[in-house]
Amino acid sequence: MDIKHKIEIANEEATRRLISGDPVLVDIAPAGEVIPGLEGRMITHSGPPIKWQRMCGAQQGAIIGQVLYEGWADSFDEAKSLLDKGSIRLEPNHHHQTVGPMAGTISPSAPVWVVENKSFGNRAFCRQVEGRQQFGDYSPEALASLHQWRDVWGPTLRKALLKMGGLELKTIITQALQMGDELHNRHSASSSLFSNAMAVAMAEAEILRESAVPTLKYITRHNLIFLGLAMACGKAIADPASNIEYSTVVTAMARNGTEFGIRISGLGEAWFTAPAPVVDGLYLPGYTAEDAGLDMGDSAITETVGWGAFTLGGAPGILALVGGTPEEAIAYTREMKKITTKAHPTYLMPALGFAGISIGIDIRKVVQTNLTPIIDTAIAHKDPGYPIIGAGLVRAPMECFKQALIAFGQRYNSQ
Amino acid sequence: MQNKIEELLHEPLVVINVGLKGFAESLEQQEVEVVQIDWVPPAGGDPEMIDLLERLL
Repeated sequence: MDIKHKIEIANEEATRRLISGDPVLVDIAPAGEVIPGLEGRMITHSGPPIKWQRMCGAQQGAIIGQVLYEGWADSFDEAKSLLDKGSIRLEPNHHHQTVGPMAGTISPSAPVWVVENKSFGNRAFCRQVEGRQQFGDYSPEALASLHQWRDVWGPTLRKALLKMGGLELKTIITQALQMGDELHNRHSASSSLFSNAMAVAMAEAEILRESAVPTLKYITRHNLIFLGLAMACGKAIADPASNIEYSTVVTAMARNGTEFGIRISGLGEAWFTAPAPVVDGLYLPGYTAEDAGLDMGDSAITETVGWGAFTLGGAPGILALVGGTPEEAIAYTREMKKITTKAHPTYLMPALGFAGISIGIDIRKVVQTNLTPIIDTAIAHKDPGYPIIGAGLVRAPMECFKQALIAFGQRYNSQ
Repeated sequence: MQNKIEELLHEPLVVINVGLKGFAESLEQQEVEVVQIDWVPPAGGDPEMIDLLERLL
């Protein structure tokens, strides 16, 4: 059998696994109890591996915030000193079956969404999504939301979820895509559907009013509550498609604000990286492009499984946040069809004649067409200490895909 | 042959332009009807990538 045939068979299998993903929320638990290998004074972060000294301002700020949140230091200077000395272990989320938004920082006491892919039995994890600390803001006000999540919101939701026996997410995702979400930066429908389900679960679990009311207020007012779930789903769906010999399908795209990295199924755990690109965005009042850091976050796991900017054409409401016209959005979605292996049979976009979302990014097609994946994303400040400053669109850098194709050729071409 | 070319050039022209839009725009400025075909060379013309793709795709 020639190599081209072997690749086609391998990619069919990778795509089958991506399409078969059946994510279920099974727990909301402290990270240190559930994330494999997260122990002691350790923080995981977004993107490919990177040392503390090379991290961008926002990621450094978020890590300082995480150290303060855990009580490992009492001040910025003390936290920075611990990090400068290497006293806190820093590792990528992706090395621990995990993903995190923007700086993506996760430490042991922080509750995480635990999603199980029922088709394959694997689990994936994602942290709480909020608008301040994950962007590099380490102020007491920014950390207050992390404390509330740890002490009230997370445990309350956990109690209700466990009483309910888990929550199937594929149904919510299918519905939300048909209600105008793209599941990266627009989660209006999915967050509402999730809140509906949890409100009933909280009533059935007889949660006390003093916990139930603040938790209901939190989830019903949080437009992006489902983003953390969508990311955990993306990771749980993508992981079983990893490590398939001869497959050229992308299994992860992640950024740390310094580098953009991808992983390829047939190339195992290796990262192929390029400098993180500039996001073309719209800014919140008081900020401009000059304040912006580079592309950051594990949230591109949503595009990796065909959501996010890949389904922009089905979610024109998102354009108010990230910019662009409905015509451009449809063009992006159609373009992504050229670099992927298949249309998903269940995740459909009514605005595009109920076309299935494009899934299975093939590095060969990316390089051949000279079209890289499009991603919609939030923007962090270039310096530590700021909340979200904007949102926009960005292309994955071609260099990652070329490097991966060269490595693939070296690994398989002689076999 | 010469006559046929002359005949062609005396008829209204419709040009199909493949690739660089600049050629189409120049013709449009001269009021020539142009059909633009978006095309880029495979792998952006990178010979190393073209060679790899010939073997892998």
